Amino acid sequence: MLAGMVTVLSSACLFLGAFLLISGAVGVLRFPDFFTRMHAAGVTETLATTLILLGLMLLAGWSILSFKLLLILLFILITSPVASHALTKAALHGNLQPLVDENNEQ
Amino acid sequence: MKHCLSLAFVLMVLWLGNSGYYSPLLLSLGAFSVVFAVWVSHRMDVVDHESQPLHLSGHISFFYCWLVGKIILSNIDVVKRIWLGNKSISPCVARLPLSQKTDMGKVIYANSITLTPGTVSMDIEGATVLVHALTAENIAELKDGEMNRRVADLEL
Repeated sequence: MLAGMVTVLSSACLFLGAFLLISGAVGVLRFPDFFTRMHAAGVTETLATTLILLGLMLLAGWSILSFKLLLILLFILITSPVASHALTKAALHGNLQPLVDENNEQ
Repeated sequence: MKHCLSLAFVLMVLWLGNSGYYSPLLLSLGAFSVVFAVWVSHRMDVVDHESQPLHLSGHISFFYCWLVGKIILSNIDVVKRIWLGNKSISPCVARLPLSQKTDMGKVIYANSITLTPGTVSMDIEGATVLVHALTAENIAELKDGEMNRRVADLEL
């Protein structure tokens, strides 16, 4: 009974994570400029990876494998904002002008 | 001293968690590696309150719980806008004030901004951070300053 619930829960996590990964990929293709695409990539590197790794952790159970997956999750959550920030800052210093909506001009 | 002990503890947990073999030979090799790594980092003078932010560890778990909720909400928002298409977004750039005093606080705030989809911190200049957001609402929410205040509270 419990094993069945864990399988269902982990499948739900993996399925939702996969959906978010696809959404992020669609966003990267669809959004108009570099900076807005960073936001779409942000979806894949936060909630999507968390859900996929959580699903795998549920499958692995209380083992050393779960601990390693948790470490991977921690490293991704710590390094991905640094990478995003470095990319946007590099784009800004390369004089790439962000596309700004006319209604929001300040 | 307490920073060295905390570094040794973290390295020990990493070794035990990643090895999975608990024979005396491998354990003693692990102990040797930990002591050697701590000694080298101590000599390099990188073991301090910045690499081992012990003073933050008390309140930061509450902050992370709050941040996870925020991340989930903004993920749903961004995914919705991805599927609705380009008409639903209104990208904008704004310069927001930083009320954190230490470098560590500024980094935590800027990283939290980047970690929530829909907002990316582009640059930090003095006491301001340049933020690019997917919609005007995202900027308005940051301007309310709840995240700023929560990170500033961590420093106390």
